[in-house]
Amino acid sequence: MTTQAMIFLGLGIAATILCLLVLFGYLPHLRIVPDDTKFNFVRFRRISFPISAALSILALTLYFTHGLNFGIDFKGGTLLEVQSKAGPIDIGEMRGKLDALGYGEVQLQEFGSNGEVLIRIAQQPGGDEVQQKVMTRVKETLGDNIEYRRIEVVGPRVSQELLGYGTIGIIVAIFGILVYLWFRFEWQFALGAMIANVHDLVLTIGFMSIAQIDFDLTSIAALLTILGYSLNDTVVIYDRIREMLRKYKKLAIEDLLNISINATLSRSIITHVTVSAALFALLVFGGHAIHSFSATMMFGVVLVGTYTSIFIASPILIYLGVAQGRTAHLEDIEEEPAKPAAKPAPALGKPAPQPSPVKR
Amino acid sequence: MLHFTRWKAWAIVLFSLIVCLFTVPSLLSPQTVQKLPTALQRHLVLGLDLQGGSHILLEVDSNAVRKEKLEALRDDVRKTLREARVGYSNLTIQGSGVQVRIREAAEVPEGLRRLRELSAPVGGLLAVSGQRDIEVNDAGNGLIQLNLTEFGIRNRIRQAVDQSIEIVRRRIDELGTVEPSIQRQGDDRILVQVPGLQDPARLKALLGKTAKLTFRMVDMSMPAEQALQTRPPAESEVLYSQDGRQPYLIERRVLVPGEDLVDAQPGFDSRTQEPVVNFRFNTSGARRFAAATLENVGKPFAIVLDNQVISAPVIREPITGGSGQISGSFTVQGANDLAILLRAGALPAPLTIIEERTVGPGLGQDSINAGISAAYLGMALVVVFMIVTYGLFGLFANLAVAINVGMILGILSFLGATLTLPGIAGIVLTVGIAVDSNVLIYERIREELRAGRSPVMAIDQGFERALATILDSNITTFIAATVLFFIGTGAVRGFAVTLGIGILTTLFTAFTLTRLIVALWVRWWRPQTVPV
Repeated sequence: MTTQAMIFLGLGIAATILCLLVLFGYLPHLRIVPDDTKFNFVRFRRISFPISAALSILALTLYFTHGLNFGIDFKGGTLLEVQSKAGPIDIGEMRGKLDALGYGEVQLQEFGSNGEVLIRIAQQPGGDEVQQKVMTRVKETLGDNIEYRRIEVVGPRVSQELLGYGTIGIIVAIFGILVYLWFRFEWQFALGAMIANVHDLVLTIGFMSIAQIDFDLTSIAALLTILGYSLNDTVVIYDRIREMLRKYKKLAIEDLLNISINATLSRSIITHVTVSAALFALLVFGGHAIHSFSATMMFGVVLVGTYTSIFIASPILIYLGVAQGRTAHLEDIEEEPAKPAAKPAPALGKPAPQPSPVKR
Repeated sequence: MLHFTRWKAWAIVLFSLIVCLFTVPSLLSPQTVQKLPTALQRHLVLGLDLQGGSHILLEVDSNAVRKEKLEALRDDVRKTLREARVGYSNLTIQGSGVQVRIREAAEVPEGLRRLRELSAPVGGLLAVSGQRDIEVNDAGNGLIQLNLTEFGIRNRIRQAVDQSIEIVRRRIDELGTVEPSIQRQGDDRILVQVPGLQDPARLKALLGKTAKLTFRMVDMSMPAEQALQTRPPAESEVLYSQDGRQPYLIERRVLVPGEDLVDAQPGFDSRTQEPVVNFRFNTSGARRFAAATLENVGKPFAIVLDNQVISAPVIREPITGGSGQISGSFTVQGANDLAILLRAGALPAPLTIIEERTVGPGLGQDSINAGISAAYLGMALVVVFMIVTYGLFGLFANLAVAINVGMILGILSFLGATLTLPGIAGIVLTVGIAVDSNVLIYERIREELRAGRSPVMAIDQGFERALATILDSNITTFIAATVLFFIGTGAVRGFAVTLGIGILTTLFTAFTLTRLIVALWVRWWRPQTVPV
């Protein structure tokens, strides 16, 4: 048995024991977020808005100066993943051979210790057929001692179209979600979610620019998934805000938002732990084919998405004029009027996180 | 929310089980699956990135189609006017049409009438659009213009793509690969996906050839070198041998076209033992070939493939049997491939490879292993975390998620969907997201408990309020997955499919199974406290 297998077995046994202890009540359940938190999240908007604005501008600047590391899907060209059949590869020698072909800059990237190399050759002028010739000549140059694990050749027109579809796709998705939220909520919510969304995408693209992650079709998949999941988070909080708006007719919007965010905080954190766990597994074991996908998702969903739903998507509702005319603060409210028409009696009357001043 | 009638409970359980059971054929070996009734043979297909193979996107050269159509129109105009004995001059191809000048003004109406007959409705018998393929205009002064309509050209390109698909299919079938997929994509493209191919070079060589074969005479009026330096005679052209070194002067007139071939087989020459291709003509081809060889004994003729001279033997005696032999210093595979091409027929227009993605079998297996490891680790982490956080209810959540994953695989199998590496990533992500529905419900139950409700009341309210949120939050992701499905290709589309199906099954399990499990627990244990 290898050491690796022993470690996994050990961890497995430990996890099983842990689970059994919890199940039979010898250990208390894990509470990452304590009950009845009362953080004043909304107040942070005076910090979070400027920071987000600055970061967004930074991300956009990076995008326009540093640029994205477009993969061959969008730039066209040739990609070969090769493995030497005879152990380690002399990368310098390989580079020399390939440079001699005169195809401009040839990128070589070695990974693993088994002589695996990723070769990228930029698109050559002269249309689709030329790209095929590039691949044939590279194969002739490298000879027979090499296993070709992956070959991708994307012609100029296909790459143009893929980029076009990708861009249109993201715009259509944003628009579709906007329309859906507009139907389900009020327009302010839809707009707020949208601003938060674009903010997520901009920051993620900035991240991809800094990290120089290969921007290819899977990146578009990652961006769209980030869009979906970060909205998922936002919608959960918005749902609660809407519920609170119906329940508390006079409560000032700041307090109402704080109550809503605090009430859903535990769920937000727990869900992010499970999603991170899944992404972590993909990042560690998923292989390099989806490595950039996992990394982008990790950044977009876990880091940016959570932050955005709490510190951007919710406070922005204040400025978008949700429920205008609410001026009363918690201290001014004597008693919340129950609204019998909305729900059967037992559901109401006792709002879940009872604001303490009311009890006074 | 916690009340289930008996039949409803059974319906939910049975439905989930049946959907999960659709996974079974995907787990069996292909031999066992073939013994099952056809209705149960539906199974998951591994994507090219997992089992290795080639994805090749071809484009029909629409300019060649256009050019060919224009040349045919010019020849038709010449033939029509000659038959009608109408004098003409300046017959030329101009832009997207042909123009001709009728010499005598008196003959213009007759010429116009005859030329109008060339224009045919597009779409054959079912032509309801009223569109025609050629527009005939009298430009005055005896000038007649015949323009190809955009509609007619598009129709012709569509036909060319259809024919090409058929011919590409015949060529690939000859390679004996398993389950190749050949589909039309867009207006003028063909997507070829061939799994498990070790070397796509041969496939590409077969696809890259138009395979237009003609038998023509060699023009002996001047040496080819002289024709190159001066100008070849009007009815001849200079073509090169396959290696591109030897020029030949070949008559444009075709003795026998390749369409008249009915069979071609690789073989060996009985004397030299060189690989050759034996072919047979149909009746009309045999008759024409016999007549031509009879006339030209002692002269060389040329076998021309895609404007390259394969060989130019001298006719020693008339060939009347309707069969012959092509020898052109082939390798065994070369002879074999030429026979395949000739049997499959010529493409109506050249095909260009505009995208190629090939994954070798080694990387495919590595990706499968990576995907499986990631799936196990991801699930293990989520399962442990849920139990540590929610105890018994965490166990319920894990049960629901396990059934959820079973159902995703079942639906994918039922649809015969393609599982790619990003697709596996989609499943792993779904595990992370599917527990979110449980987290939402449990957190809501906790809130209701803190608000002082009885356990049963709190569970009931927790479900009722959380489910609305679950619906809203999942639909947004579903919209993103749908968009991804339509814009994505290949592996990315696989991700969109699993993500979308994952959301549907998550909604199903959240609304029925999780609720049923908790309801049964409440009914059997009559709990005084809720251990969330």
